[in-house]
Amino acid sequence: MLNTSQQSHQGYKEHIVPETANTPILSVDNLSVEFDGHRVIEDLSFTVEAGKTLAIVGESGSGKSVTSQSIMRLAEGVGAHYPSGHIWFESESFGTIDLLKAPLSTIRKVRGKDIAMIFQEPMTSLNPVYTIGDQICESLTLHKQISQDAARKEAVELLKMVRLPDASEMLDRYPHQLSGGMRQRVMIAMALACRPKILIADEPTTALDVTIQAQILAILKELQKELNMAVIFITHDMGVVAEVADDVVVMWQGKKVEQGPVTTIFTESKHPYTQALLSAVPKLGTMEGQPYPKRFPITVVENNEPTVVGEECIQNTADYESEPLLSVRNLVTRFDTKKNFFGKATHRVHAVEQVSFDIFKGETLALVGESGSGKSTIGRTIQQLQKATSGDISFNGKSFDKLSKSERKKLRQEIQYIFQDPLASLDPRKTIGFSIAEPIRTHNLIQGEGNIQKRVTELLERVGLTKDHANRYPHQFSGGQRQRICIARALASNPKLIIADEALSALDVSIQAQIINLFMELQEEHGISYLFISHDMAVVEKMSHRVAVLYLGQVAELGSRQQVLETPSHPYTKRLLSAVPVADPFVQRDFSKIEGEIPSPVRMVGDEPMILTQQEIAPGHFIAQS
Amino acid sequence: MLFNRFSSNLSNYKSLEFILGFLLTGSICLLVLLSDFIFQGGDKINLSARLLEPFSNPDYLLGTDPLGRDIMARVISGGKISLQVGFLSVAGAVVLGVIMGLISGYYRGFWDVIVMRFADVQLAMPFILLAITFIAIIGGGLTNMIILLIISQWVQYARLVRGSVLSLRDREFIQSAEAIGVSHLNILFRHLLPNLIGPVIVLMTLNVANNILLESSLTFLGLGVDPLTPSWGGMLADGRTYIQTAWWVSVFPGLAILLTVLGLNLLGDWLRDSLDPTGRTSK
Repeated sequence: MLNTSQQSHQGYKEHIVPETANTPILSVDNLSVEFDGHRVIEDLSFTVEAGKTLAIVGESGSGKSVTSQSIMRLAEGVGAHYPSGHIWFESESFGTIDLLKAPLSTIRKVRGKDIAMIFQEPMTSLNPVYTIGDQICESLTLHKQISQDAARKEAVELLKMVRLPDASEMLDRYPHQLSGGMRQRVMIAMALACRPKILIADEPTTALDVTIQAQILAILKELQKELNMAVIFITHDMGVVAEVADDVVVMWQGKKVEQGPVTTIFTESKHPYTQALLSAVPKLGTMEGQPYPKRFPITVVENNEPTVVGEECIQNTADYESEPLLSVRNLVTRFDTKKNFFGKATHRVHAVEQVSFDIFKGETLALVGESGSGKSTIGRTIQQLQKATSGDISFNGKSFDKLSKSERKKLRQEIQYIFQDPLASLDPRKTIGFSIAEPIRTHNLIQGEGNIQKRVTELLERVGLTKDHANRYPHQFSGGQRQRICIARALASNPKLIIADEALSALDVSIQAQIINLFMELQEEHGISYLFISHDMAVVEKMSHRVAVLYLGQVAELGSRQQVLETPSHPYTKRLLSAVPVADPFVQRDFSKIEGEIPSPVRMVGDEPMILTQQEIAPGHFIAQS
Repeated sequence: MLFNRFSSNLSNYKSLEFILGFLLTGSICLLVLLSDFIFQGGDKINLSARLLEPFSNPDYLLGTDPLGRDIMARVISGGKISLQVGFLSVAGAVVLGVIMGLISGYYRGFWDVIVMRFADVQLAMPFILLAITFIAIIGGGLTNMIILLIISQWVQYARLVRGSVLSLRDREFIQSAEAIGVSHLNILFRHLLPNLIGPVIVLMTLNVANNILLESSLTFLGLGVDPLTPSWGGMLADGRTYIQTAWWVSVFPGLAILLTVLGLNLLGDWLRDSLDPTGRTSK
């Protein structure tokens, strides 16, 4: 059922740079960067060798992106100053130059030609009104002074190099006609157009699905070998680091805290921050043989000393004896996308097709799938942010269709929704005290201003913030604190079910671990059920009781956590699991299983998708039969 | 860190903006309000003192116009009409336009179609044609002029607000308010309105100036007040014929408009920035 296309691999062998092993081609020397008097990077030094990958790891605010922008001299545009340091670069045309002191005219010649960069968002880095071919040819003619025809030929070669099928046809397509993974490959092709000596990849796979991420990482690795290129890989994901890096620089609060070969960093890290970072990384498979999700103690850095917080605790909170809290039966949600001249729909997105599941009291059900699998749409339909096309949802034994208007409003108190991006889901013009009190006021849960304020303080303290925070605005908090605020807001109305839509994806791993524990503590205290929507298998393993894997709007596999993750039976589940990066540099993964992309859920009207039948292969373990 | 820098710069700048804006607008309004007491009979025609240059005669500090009237007196008392027209018409158009824009952007569907088709008809009609039709049916006068300006300008605000609502509506914080069960009215006025008021304030300050000038053309068409009553727009129009020989006739009322608009712009910027806790709009 997977749309795996055979992709021809044509190596690119003409321009291989001769081996220059072990001589650094870029060395950063005591670099400091200041923004208006604030040091964001202090005394940073590292070297990059040809043919090697250096990973710069750190959490948000650690200065890793500023480092890459300083190498490209892009940081000045946003107000950076360099009080000290050098960035020495071995350039073919200019000899050894200091990138920090070189005139901008020289830098412009180095940029794109000798040092190229790819960014996180392939969608926004391509100009939507030009074809892929136009954009690749532009950078070719700019740096190489070759004719249009030659450029076009070269562009085809480049697209073949990044394993894009039908390369010559691809040239005439527009960015919106490509998927996210294809766009990122085009970006890589453009970056490689002039055979750069250094490729800076700034979180290149963060916005992509895991299977696509695996494909992109594999391509980058192969191309690096072919072109003997140095790669500076900036990421927050330790799994990706273990996969691609030869050397690692760990950054924390603008300083380099540790540096070394990847195996040393993973096995004998010395700095407490690195240890804390590694301990916080969720590793798939660590809970094998455990029937219940579990809270783990986490290591946090306090006063430069690693401290262990929390205790191990089995999360046996689910109550399977009573009736399910929420049951979804044959849910179908479709959207019209294209209309004909008379306004009649011709194409539809089949976001959700015949999905059924139950959630019990105190249980966490994880919905897993890649983009386009319909997992968010299910959550939004339950929260009544989206109308179902057909099917039935009942909460506490009562069907949504039979609810009166006031009961519907009550439902919005009992079911709460937490969004992926905590900054976007808080009104920027309201204090967080207002935002947290809003559900209480809306549903008249507590009378009297003083009592409401007391409750807000209580909620803030419960999620680890203080009373004084109530008068601040969302932008004054860090990402982790904001997600805590969103959780406090969800808790304010004493919900029975919380839908967490990728609520952890935007957070740093150390924060993520803390929020996971907070979620589980709250479940134990209040018996809350969670519908946990995620693409991250490792997180799902840590905190869910049951797992449903979605593929193109249908349930591919549903069962207890152990059943689905330890004995995956559907090919898609297996593929998804094998694509998860493993945070262990000694494990070599086989990428050959992960080919192709998920087909589009957009269909012509009348062209209904095949509904798969579910088969129970073990008690409570269902898989879809095709 | 970046934010700290901006907001610290901002607070200095902000207060300067506020002080200047407040002083300018406040003193102009005060002068205009007190004009009756300061210049009693200042509008008198004195043909023996025609077109006196400014600062040449202590009785006529800013000179006189072709009918020998004191320009300073006329500028200050002319503000009464101009400011009334400018402020009231803009206020009316903002209230009507913002409400219509909020409704059509938020509810979409039926209301959107109705409001926006109205707006299209409104935009398709030339202003002068509308004005003449209006006079023919209802007649002139200050109130009618303000009503006409409101009718012809609410569309701008409605379209602006509708556009912002359409983009804000899909933002997560609006959806999360909906998910909590916040009522439509509260979403509209507590969440949407504060987030889109910035551009509306900018358009308001621009339109005040525009309407002060429009008042003179409407007076010319016979819709406004008695043409002999001084107003800034009217004085500007009258002075046009003498611009080569007697610049002061049109320069001083022009200066009055300029200072008013400058003051309002400063106040508007300050208001917009102080309503935005992130301080992001000021860069």
